[in-house]
This record gives sequence, C-alpha cells and structure tokens, in this order.
Amino acid sequence: MNLQSEIPLDYIVVLSAVVFFVGLLGVVIRRNLISMLMGIELMLNAVNINFAAFNHYLFPNRLEGHFFALIVMAIAAAEAAIAIALIINIYRRFATVSVDDVDELKY
Amino acid sequence: MDYSYTILILLTPVILFLLIGLLGDKIDKMHAGLLGTTGLFAITMLSYSTAFSYFSHGTVESFQSIEAFQIVWLQFTDNLIIHLGILLDPLSVMMLVVITTVSLMVHIYSLGYMKGEPGFSRYFAFLSLFTFSMLGLVVATNIFQMYLFWELVGVSSYLLIGFYYERPSAVAAAKKAFIVTRFADLGFLIGILLLSFYTNTFDFNTLTDVNGPAIAQPITNVFMGLSATTWAMLLIFMGGAGKSAMFPLHIWLPDAMEGPTPVSALIHAATMVVAGVYLVARLFPIYSFSSPDSLEVIAYVGSFTSLFAAVVACTQLDIKRVLAFSTLSQIGYMMVALGVSGYGGEAGLGYMASLFHLFTHAFFKALLFLGAGSVIHAVHSNLMTDMGGLKKYMPITHITFLIACLTIAGIPPLSGFFSKDEILVAAFEHNKIIFGVQWMVAGITAFYMFRLYFNIFWNNSPAYHHTPHESPATMTVPLVILAMLSISSGFVPFHEFVTSDGLPLTTEFHWMIAIPSVLVAMVGIGVAAVLYRNKNSRPESLALGMKSLYTLAYHKFYIDEVYLFITHKIIFGLISRPVAWFDRHIVDGILNLIGNTTVFFSGSIKKMQSGEVQWYIWYFTSGVLLLTLMILYFN
Amino acid sequence: MIMNPLLPLLFVPFLTIVGIALVKDISSVRWVSAVGMGTQLIFAFILLYLFYKERNAGNTDSMLFVSSTMWYESFNIHLKFGVDGISVAMILLTAIVTFAGIFASWQVEYLTKEFFISLIILAGGVFGFFISLDLFTMFLFYELAVIPMYLLIGIWGSGPKEYSAMKLTLMLMGGSALLLVGMLGIYFNSAPDGGQLTFDLTEIAKVHIPYAAQMFFFPFTFIGFGVLGALFPFHTWSPDGHASAPTAVSMLHAGVLMKLGGYGCFRVAMYLLPEAAHSLAWIFIILTGIGVVYGAFGAIWQKDLKYINAYSSVSHCGLVLFALLMMNETATTGAILQMISHGLMTALFFALIGMIYGRTHTRMINEMGGLMKVIPFLSVVYVIAGLASLGLPGLSGFVAEMTIFVGSFQHTDTFHRVATIVACSSIVITAVYILRVVGTLLLGPITNNHYLELKDAQWFEKISTVTLVTSIAIIGLTPFWISTLIHEPLAQMIQHLIP
Repeated sequence: MNLQSEIPLDYIVVLSAVVFFVGLLGVVIRRNLISMLMGIELMLNAVNINFAAFNHYLFPNRLEGHFFALIVMAIAAAEAAIAIALIINIYRRFATVSVDDVDELKY
Repeated sequence: MDYSYTILILLTPVILFLLIGLLGDKIDKMHAGLLGTTGLFAITMLSYSTAFSYFSHGTVESFQSIEAFQIVWLQFTDNLIIHLGILLDPLSVMMLVVITTVSLMVHIYSLGYMKGEPGFSRYFAFLSLFTFSMLGLVVATNIFQMYLFWELVGVSSYLLIGFYYERPSAVAAAKKAFIVTRFADLGFLIGILLLSFYTNTFDFNTLTDVNGPAIAQPITNVFMGLSATTWAMLLIFMGGAGKSAMFPLHIWLPDAMEGPTPVSALIHAATMVVAGVYLVARLFPIYSFSSPDSLEVIAYVGSFTSLFAAVVACTQLDIKRVLAFSTLSQIGYMMVALGVSGYGGEAGLGYMASLFHLFTHAFFKALLFLGAGSVIHAVHSNLMTDMGGLKKYMPITHITFLIACLTIAGIPPLSGFFSKDEILVAAFEHNKIIFGVQWMVAGITAFYMFRLYFNIFWNNSPAYHHTPHESPATMTVPLVILAMLSISSGFVPFHEFVTSDGLPLTTEFHWMIAIPSVLVAMVGIGVAAVLYRNKNSRPESLALGMKSLYTLAYHKFYIDEVYLFITHKIIFGLISRPVAWFDRHIVDGILNLIGNTTVFFSGSIKKMQSGEVQWYIWYFTSGVLLLTLMILYFN
Repeated sequence: MIMNPLLPLLFVPFLTIVGIALVKDISSVRWVSAVGMGTQLIFAFILLYLFYKERNAGNTDSMLFVSSTMWYESFNIHLKFGVDGISVAMILLTAIVTFAGIFASWQVEYLTKEFFISLIILAGGVFGFFISLDLFTMFLFYELAVIPMYLLIGIWGSGPKEYSAMKLTLMLMGGSALLLVGMLGIYFNSAPDGGQLTFDLTEIAKVHIPYAAQMFFFPFTFIGFGVLGALFPFHTWSPDGHASAPTAVSMLHAGVLMKLGGYGCFRVAMYLLPEAAHSLAWIFIILTGIGVVYGAFGAIWQKDLKYINAYSSVSHCGLVLFALLMMNETATTGAILQMISHGLMTALFFALIGMIYGRTHTRMINEMGGLMKVIPFLSVVYVIAGLASLGLPGLSGFVAEMTIFVGSFQHTDTFHRVATIVACSSIVITAVYILRVVGTLLLGPITNNHYLELKDAQWFEKISTVTLVTSIAIIGLTPFWISTLIHEPLAQMIQHLIP
C-alpha cells in the first residue's frame, strides 16, 4: 500500500495544525492545570505528526525525523511525570488546581 | 664683582620658615623668636653688604642691572620661561635694604610685643615666610617670578592678618584682604599674559629695554579704542593697585589692621603695600614710552586716593586705622609721582621722588605703627578715646612718635620733607591740578597726624585700669633706631642712586614749592593743636558743623557697604545661589527626570507580568502569529 | 631587560587581592593592602626610573615597554601594553593616591576584607587603563574600574547611598554606552582602504579616518569620556556620588578616576579623531568654560564639605578638558599637570574631610568652627590643601593653572581669548570658597565644647596626608621634571593633531 499516493502531505500537515491549535486552545482557555497539561500533550503530538510525516514524505531513506519523534515522546513522558508532580504539589500548597489562583510569580 | 652669594638672602628666610614652622612646637618659644631674629640679622647684613658693594662698584656713569643668579623653573614655550633668579639694580638693591631693615626692626620689636602669645613661634615662622616672599618679589628677574612671589606675599599677608585666628573679625579681615588682592591679581595675570604674548618674553631686562620688543616695536592691536599695550599695562597696574590699596581696591587695608601691630608695620605700611609702586617703577619704561595714557590714569588714581584717604583719616578713632588711611594717602603720593614722571634726565624727577618717598616712608611709617603698637601694648585698646596724656608715662614712645609725626607732616629737615617736596615739584611741573590736590593733602596729613598725636599723648587721661608704663627695651630700641633713620634718611643722596635711567640726577631745591608746603603743614599742625591739645568741645561742634561730610568720612564713604552689596547681594545672591539651585534642580533635575520617566514607563507596563500563565502563552502565541504573518506578507 | 616593568603594575594588585582573601583578621587585611599598594608605589617609581633610563639611552619610540598578545583573533583584539611620559605620570599619580587611600581607610570596620578587595580592583582597573594601548582592553579596564564603585558606595557609603551609587553608576554607564558606540565607530573605520580592522591605538593613529565618520563619532567618544571627566552638564553624579562615597573611594574617584576621563578624551577622542576635534572644539570649549566658572560658583553656596569639594572638582576638571581643547603644547602640558595636581589635591581634601567627619560626625561647615585649635595637624594640612587649590606658588596648583593660562592665551582670536579670561576668573572665585571654608571651619572660636576632646591625627592618618602633601609640594617646587616628562609625548601628539 502506497500511503504517499493515497494521502497527500497537505492533509497530514493540516491535521497536525488542527491538533496543535486544539491543544493551544486547551492550554490558553482551560483553567484546570490537568486540562492544560493535556493541551500541551496534544501540541507535542501535533509536532510528532509533523516530524514523522515530513520524514516520510521528504526524506524517505533517512530516520532522523522518526528518532526525533521518539525522543519527543520520551521527553513528553518525563515532562508529564514532572508536571503531574508539580500539580500535586501545587494542589497541596494552594488546595486548588486552577491556574488563576496560582499567580505568585507576578511583578 | 660676583654677587652669587645673594642667593643666601633668599634661602635663609625660607630655611628659617621651615625650621621654625616644623619645629615650632618642639623648641622653646623664645628660642624660635631669637632664631628668626638672628637669621634676619644675617640677611640684613648681607643686604647691606650687597648694597654697599653694588653702589660703590657701580660704573661711573650708570648702574647696570646684574643677574646674580638664574635657574629655569618652568618652561612654557620656547621663549616664555619662568626663571627664578636674582636681579640686582638700584631699585631692587634699595628695596632689599628697606625690607631687611624694617623687617629686622619688626623682628626685634616683636620679641617684646608678642611675648607670651600662644602662637609665638608660628608668628616668627610667618614673618620669615613673608620676608622671603617680599625679598623674592623685589629681586625678581622676570615678571612671572614677580607674580609668583606676589601671590606668596598675599598668602603670608593673609596668614599674618589672621594671626589671631580665634577672633572672627581677624578671620574676616584676612579673607577680605586676600580676596580683594586676588581679584586685582586676576588683572595682573591677564596683563602679564597680554604683555608676554606680544613681547614673547617675561624678562624684565628685555621688557624694559628701550630698544626691546615692548617699547621699540609698538603693538598695533587695538581693543575698545586702547592699544593692547595700554590694556596690558592698565591691567598690570590693577594688580599693583590691589596690593597697594589704591582706590577703589583699598577696602582691605584698614581691615587688615586686625593683625598684630608689628605685622601692620611691616606688611601694611612699609613693604608689601608699596609693591604696587615697585611694580610700576619696575616696568616704568614701558609705561613711559608705550603707554603714557596709563601713566595718566595712575596719576589720577594716586591723587584721588591720597585725598580720599586723608579725609577719611581725619575722622577715624581707631589709631591703627588712622595710620592705615595715612598709608593709603602716602602711597597715593608715590603713585602720583610715578604718574607725572617722564623717563630719563630731569623729566625722571617724579620717578626718583616716588622711590625716595617709598624709602623714607618705610621708616617713618614703620615707626608710627610700632609706636602705636607700643601705646596699644600699654593701654590695651586701639581707640584714641581710651588714650590721652600718655606723654608722661611713655617718654621714649612719645618722642619717637612725635618725630615720626613731624616727618610725615613734612617739616624740615626731617626725611619726609625732602621726599614729599620732590614729589610736589614733579607734580607742579606736570599738572597743576594734581599739584594743588597734593599740596592740600599735605596740610590734611599734618592735621590728622597731629590729631592722633595730641589725642594719644596730650589731652586728658581717661581713667586707666592700671598705670600705663613704658614698653620694654626690645620694643623701644627699634623705635629709637627707626626714629634716627626717619631723621637721617632724607639726607641720603638718593637722586644719585635710584633714577629712571640709572644715570645720576641733579636736583635743585625749589623754595617756591617748599615754603608753601611747609606752611600748609604748619597750619595743619596748628589746627590740630587748637582742637585736640586739651579736652574741649570744638571737635564735636566742628563735626556737627560738617555733619554730612563727617558722617560720610567716618563711614569711609560707604565703600565697604557698596562692596558688601556687590559681593553678598549680587555675587552670592544673584549668581552663586541661582547656580547652585540651577545645578540641583535643572541640570540634575533633567537627569532625575530621565530616570523617573524610565521608572514610570516600566511601572505602567509591569502589569503584563501578571503571574497568570495563560496570558503569557497568549502573548507568546500572538507574537509568533504576528511574526509569521509579517514574514509571509513581506516575502 | 629582564622583565617588562609594566607587568608588576597588573600583578601586584592581583596578588594583593589574593593575599587579602587568604588572611583572616582585620589587621592583617589592612597590612596586606598597605604592603601591596606600597609595593605598587615602588614599582611605579621603578617604572619612572627605567623610563628615564630608556629615554636617556636614546630610545625615541613614542611608546616604551610595548608588549602585545593576541587575545581574540576574529576581532583583532590584543592585550597591548605600553607607556609614554603621560601614562607614567598618571601611573605615579594613581599609585600615590591609592597608597594614601589605603591608609585613609584604615578604620573601616564593616566588611573590611571586601572593602579592600573592591578598592584594589578599582585601582587595578585604573592601572590597566593607563597602560593599555588597545581600545578594547582600555574599555575593559575602564569598566573594571567603574563597577566596584557601585558596591563601594552602595555598601560602605553614607547618607542616601543607594540613590547616589545608582546615579553615579548609571551616569557612568551611560557614558560607557556612548563610548562604546564611539569606540566601535573608530574600529569599523580603522581600515578605510580595506584590510584588517584594529583596536590598536597606535595603528589607528596612522590611518586617516574619513571626515564624516570623525564628525559623527567624536561627540560620542568625547562625551563618553567627558562624563567621567565631569564635563558640564554631565557632572551631577559628582556631588551626590562623592558626598555618599566612603573616604578612600572619594579620594580614588576624584583623584584618579576622573582623570581617566581627561586622559581618554585626549588619547582616544582627540588623538584618533583630530579633524573632528578641530571642528567641534568650540562647542566643548564653551561647555568646559562654563563648567569652570559654574563649578566654582556652585561651590560658594554649598554647606556640605564634600559638596564644596565636588563642585570644585567640577571646576578644576573642567579646566583640564578646557586646556586639552586648546590643542597646543603649553596648554596640554598644563592640562596634564592639572590632572596630577588636582588628583593629589582633591584626594588630600577628601581624606581630610573623611578624617574631620570621623571626629565631628558632621560635614556641614556652619555646624563646625575653630577646629584649628583642637586638631592643629589636620587643620594645617587642610589649609595647605586649600592654598594648593587656590593656586599658591610652590604648590602644584599654581604651576598647572599658570601653564594652562599661558598656553590658552597663545590663541590670538577673540573667542579663545575671552574663554581664557573667563577661565582665569575662576582663580578669584576659588579663593572665595576656599577661604570661606577655611574661615568658618578651621578658624574662629570653637563652636562646640565637645570638640575640645577631639584627638589630632593618628599615625596612619599622618602617613596618608603627609604622602599627598609632599607630592603636592614636590610638584609645586620642582615642576620642571614632570613637565619635561610629559612634554615630549605631548609634542608628538599635538603634531599629530595639527592638520
């Protein structure tokens, strides 16, 4: 099956853009830290889609893009772990997971 | 003839100054005084021997000027070099004799007068410093060396006037003296700059050379209607007028009497205040040939000062102030004589007369001051209202003071008669108005001097706390010596030694001038005797009769107040204070404004740092989008 | 030659700092600093001796003891050192003032170690500045000298010290920013015919920078250095900064750091951009002329001793720049003399003010009086400093001022004449404020009975003041050696300046 002939690159790029902006929207408008974290994961995955797609379409004989996507996943996993740890600590400290109530780092 | 030993005349006092100044606390006070006096005695002897060998070995026709010693001190340009050296010519040798003599007398006198003062050794250190500066001034080989010592003299004068530094009036007087003369020195400095720029030399011998650049090559630059030379010479005279306390720069001299009396005798009567006369005499050929207009100015300034000061002297009560104004008046005479003089031969009579008067005046005025000091020492007051009838308590002081009064009044055959007479002759030949003024001043001089004399030594005694007694020998011996000098110095054949062109001058005796001048002096003495010999009401009624003039003269014509107004109201109030305000509020204000504006702007945008993460993301994303759009659009 | 005599000037401060860092108690910190700076003073004199020896041996290079090391190749930055007579004179000045400054701050109790370290970093920066021949290294050392100033004033100062430290540092940094622009401007124009761009002062002096570039970058460079040299109207950091600074910092700052400004104005701005200097001199002559009189008038009205002295520094340093702009040998000789003279004099003043303040705990002259009676040594030295400042012959001020005036008067046009006469008039105004201070502060009756218990100078204070007084007197009495020392390089540089 030749993916290349069936699905043009543009589609995948559009998909990735949509996923990215959905994630961004989630990060910007959701007040809940967990939801924001999910938004970030979405954005990271949108990037991963791009990496895989571009690697596949543009340099089919090379693997850097795929590796990069894998590294991003690994980082994302680590980041999620840290983020959740942070969120738990924030919850313990402020008794909330709403970002609006956590603005200690202002001017 | 080798005169290089004259360097010792300058080195000794400076060594004495350092020695006494640095070791003053360590050694016994009296030893410090004796050290100073002995040192000065040596200098005096050296000066006498210099004078003797100079005048006896001078060539037959004229006296040459000799540069006995010269080193380069500082080189400005290829031609403008400050040398430090010793110039011996009749003028400077004469001054050496005068300065060392008076200084020695003052040193001896001070041993008695200043006895027991806390700053005794400091006093002698300052005296040595002054002597050094003054000697350096008169032997200067170039005008910049003169300026250098001129400033040093000013500082020593400042230190000595302010000797009683715990007394606010003395501090104020010292400050005033320094600043007024400093102001005049500014003129002197600019004058030197101008003169040296056009002649390209500082050296006196080159400057006063009749064929030299200052005289033979007239400077054509004209500024505000006067030639550059005239400007330079007028500005230099301004410096001289400041030191010599000519009107209107005279205001410091009466206040300078706050210093110890021997200091007044030395600095403010005999030596430093005649520096202006010396300066003009030193540069006389330039004045005479290149800038006769400024000589004219000098004559009028001198004449006016002598009249003005004589009038003021008639009303003062502080005996030292009377003497101070009398000094002003006498220096006015010297300036007049220079102003009316020509160069060379008979025309140079004024020049000779002026320096002759300088010579005799130094002795009799020093005598007057030292006598006054002796009186003050006895009654502990400066005011003549606290004195009277002292002739029976202080015989030596009385006699010497009388001699001095007669000398200054111009009674023959005392020295003042001869010198003043020659000035009058010179004035008569040049300008009748000035002659008239000077003749009148001679009468006023006799009057106020005898007013002083009678008030101190005759009149009724006030109630003294303890009976006044004659001063110790250290004080009376200098009085006697100076009295003898006052009597005899008139017979010195001065006209053979110190003349404008170095050639001996023959003078004749002018009966037509001498008789009226003696007469007017006699009248002055007579009036004073009538008014002040015994206690009576005539002086008061006379003062009431001329109330406005008397008040004016008593307040010294309010010149001090005018100066006070100018300095305090205008310079301090209208310049300095606004400048300080301007600096703090405008110049600095602008800088603070810049700082505060920055703070204000940062304050207004700091709200963006809200601590709310989502806003940051929003800003960031908008920025990225904006940039992307811009890149797309501009590509 | 065994070793370049310039290197110790950099190593000694460094070793001193290491030494201070290693020792424990206050007393050793003081002694290490004193010994270090004493060594530095000795090395400065050795340098003077070697310099004369080299010159007498017939070496006529404009710069002696040159050593150059490539430092950052892509921008052609060298560590290049070398001295001429002017630098030697300035190094001597710096060594003397630093030495006196160490003794003047003998009684610093708070964070002593850090204080001396900062002070010596500052001094090291100044030494480095004076021996640098590469614009970049010069700038580096300049910053090295300015930055510790912030800490020294902010931590050890008095009064509104944070404000003053901030103001001083920001203004000097503003100057540095201008300077950086000017310096880069010179760098990028240093090879107008193509070829390697360079920061090397001696190399740049050989090329002809295009006139337009000169005109553009001269104001940046001149004002950049001028801020440090108290150029009117960029001088207001001086009164506040000096008033808050601790004694030794005021001494070093007014005594030495302000001279960096004048030195830089001449060596960098005017020497490298000569045509622009000629075209634009009149503007700066007006500014400095105003500064000379303005500073003096400003000083009359002040009541705080340090403010008086700060304004008097504005006046005197204005005279330095004024004389430099006259651009002839005599006037510039006078300017360098004035730098040295003012450096010593003002350091002495600040040292004395610090010592008096340490006793009376006030700096307001109207609150004090009659100190001559109780602390005669300090008072007499104060009077000497005052007399030097108002130009008494025999002390350094007279020599410097007279050389400047005679030099400035060599210009024949009315503009320069009037400017000179205006500048001359400052000698009268100086007399007014100096005598006012002397009269109120030292003379007159004692105003406060507590003063009767004051102690006169201690031994370290005597070392500090006597060092400075002696230097002032030596320069004042025998000015010829120093004027010959600086005359030669000046003659060359002036030759370069005259088109």
